[in-house]
Amino acid sequence: MPLHAYLVLAALVFVIGLFGVLTRRNAVGILLGIELMLNAVNINLVAFSRFRADLAGLIFTLFTIAITVAEVAVGLAIVIVIFRVRRTIEADHLDLLRG
Amino acid sequence: MRIGSPELALLVLALPFASFLAIGLIRPLRRRGHPAAAVSILAMAGAFLTAGAMSWQAIPVARGLNPAVLWSWLPADGGPMASVGVWVDGMAMQMCVLVTLVSLLVQVYSWSYLADEPPPSLGRYYAYQSLFAFSMLGLVLSPGFLQMFVFWELVGLCSYLLIGYWYDRPSAAQAAVKAFWITKLGDLGFVAGIVMLWSGTGTFDFWPLFQAAEGGALHVDGLTTIMFLIYLGAVGKSAQFPLHVWLPDAMEGPTPVSALIHAATMVTAGVYMVARAYPLFALVPSVLTLIAWVGAFTALLAATMACVERDIKRVLAYSTVSQLGYMMAANGAGAPEAAFQHLTTHGVFKALLFLGAGIVIHHFHTNDVFRMGGLFGQRPWVGGSFLVATLALAGVIPPGFFSKEAVLAGVLRAHLSVPFLMLLATSFLTAFYMFRVVFLAFFGHAPVHHAHPEPPVAMDAVCRALAVLTLALGLRAAVAGHHVEGPAWLPWISLTWAFAGIALAWATYQAGRLDPARLAAAFAPIDFLARRRYFLDDIYGGTYRLLLLGLSRVVGWVDRYVVDGVLNALSAGALRAGDALRRIQTGQPQDYVYGVALGVLLLLVWAQLG
Repeated sequence: MPLHAYLVLAALVFVIGLFGVLTRRNAVGILLGIELMLNAVNINLVAFSRFRADLAGLIFTLFTIAITVAEVAVGLAIVIVIFRVRRTIEADHLDLLRG
Repeated sequence: MRIGSPELALLVLALPFASFLAIGLIRPLRRRGHPAAAVSILAMAGAFLTAGAMSWQAIPVARGLNPAVLWSWLPADGGPMASVGVWVDGMAMQMCVLVTLVSLLVQVYSWSYLADEPPPSLGRYYAYQSLFAFSMLGLVLSPGFLQMFVFWELVGLCSYLLIGYWYDRPSAAQAAVKAFWITKLGDLGFVAGIVMLWSGTGTFDFWPLFQAAEGGALHVDGLTTIMFLIYLGAVGKSAQFPLHVWLPDAMEGPTPVSALIHAATMVTAGVYMVARAYPLFALVPSVLTLIAWVGAFTALLAATMACVERDIKRVLAYSTVSQLGYMMAANGAGAPEAAFQHLTTHGVFKALLFLGAGIVIHHFHTNDVFRMGGLFGQRPWVGGSFLVATLALAGVIPPGFFSKEAVLAGVLRAHLSVPFLMLLATSFLTAFYMFRVVFLAFFGHAPVHHAHPEPPVAMDAVCRALAVLTLALGLRAAVAGHHVEGPAWLPWISLTWAFAGIALAWATYQAGRLDPARLAAAFAPIDFLARRRYFLDDIYGGTYRLLLLGLSRVVGWVDRYVVDGVLNALSAGALRAGDALRRIQTGQPQDYVYGVALGVLLLLVWAQLG
């Protein structure tokens, strides 16, 4: 398969993730969307690594996965704290920063 | 011409200045008051003795010798621009003796007069007095216009400070500001005149200017304008019409200050300056004629106002204005020596009149002559001193008789018949208003009165000393055989007028033959105008309001509506814009992410199109 097939796949996954982030009202859903966007990037990195015979991309991906896991852990912890304080995780109700 | 020792002249200058510095800089001296008075009086006594010695040692010299000792000042590329120094000729020395003597007596008198003042105020007073003596002596000894102008402004400052000595009284503060501003109006002309003279001739110094003027070698364009401008300085300082309005108000200061500054010395600075610069004024006959006319008119105008004034100090103030008019008229008529003679004699007896008035006010606790009476019986010495000075001022006894006659003869010699008649009428009025005060305050019935405090010994002694001095000056003039070039009928006619004035005052205020109200009715228009001071104060007030307040109103409008308007519009716009833009911040992270995504998209599209 040519390179641009992987890139199109990555772009699709990224846009689906973005769509999820923008439209989901549930904080957990937003986190899931962010996961999709990060993995789209991972696909890009792996594809370039494979087609250009450069291991750096793979190593980057390993790092990204580790960081993603940590990020999800922190993100979910924040969601739990918000739920404890506000009794909701609906994004529409979390507007303390409104000007 | 006689020349004095410049070293002694510098010592005369240095003593009061040292006293001023000591009182001004040493705080405990100033705050305790009485030591400051002692220092100032000692310095003044030293200056008086030095001035006397200088005058005594003076040597006669040929006319061609420069009496000035100069040091260069204001270095510039083409040599120094001006010089400072002392000019010790006969006139300056005589003036030095007068200034130091009257200063000394007034300072001694003030120590008693202001004894109840708080010590710090007394220290301040003596600091001002020392500064004034230094400035006045510096003015008198000036060898050039620039130095004269510097000291001219310094005496103006001292006058301001001393008029406003009781600065917590609104009337005194107002009078001080009025005196300062009105004299500054004249000083504007003075400074413009000397700068124009300098740009025409390249020097401020009297000696080269006088040499050129007398040799007919002074060629300056617009000399008439220049001398007129310089004369304006004298109009302000010597209280000539129409700038005389500040002097009566200056009586808000303590009485000894009025005696020293506003009668004997500072106000005569204008007369002295014109007499000093006479060789230059002699080149411009039109300005001289103007000086004579304005002087005579001032003399007459002030005399009419003195006739209706009730406040004893203001009567004396108008009398000073009137006598300054005499001196200026003599200057304008080409008789500066007569003007100077009248200046010195007037300085002595007018100081005596003011200091006597100080005792009178002390005695009756009022300035109103109609609430006084019978002081002669209780205080014969005070009454006698006051009477001597009054007779001298009226021109009945020497030295006033001789100096006034010299002025009148000088004016007559210059064929100024209308000013001459004005001055004759003034001598009648002078006798009338002065004897009006004498009859009202010293004779007649004593008002019912609580306490009669003895005047302090020092005040009494100073008055007696001045009375003796007046008589001695008169005796010397009489013995010296006074020669006035004038018609033989002149002394008789001036004496007749003076006695007529005395007789009218006697008939009206002493004998009761004439009702003052009927006398006033006979001269109703003049009486009406004089009581309202010829509306001059109102005209000045109106002009001030019209010009200054009008301008302030315009400036205020511009500030309120244009400057403030722009700023208000700007701030209102910023507020409204902020209010509108506030709504972008929804506080929802998803909206921000949406914005970021949209932005990236737009950038991509732009990159594709570009």
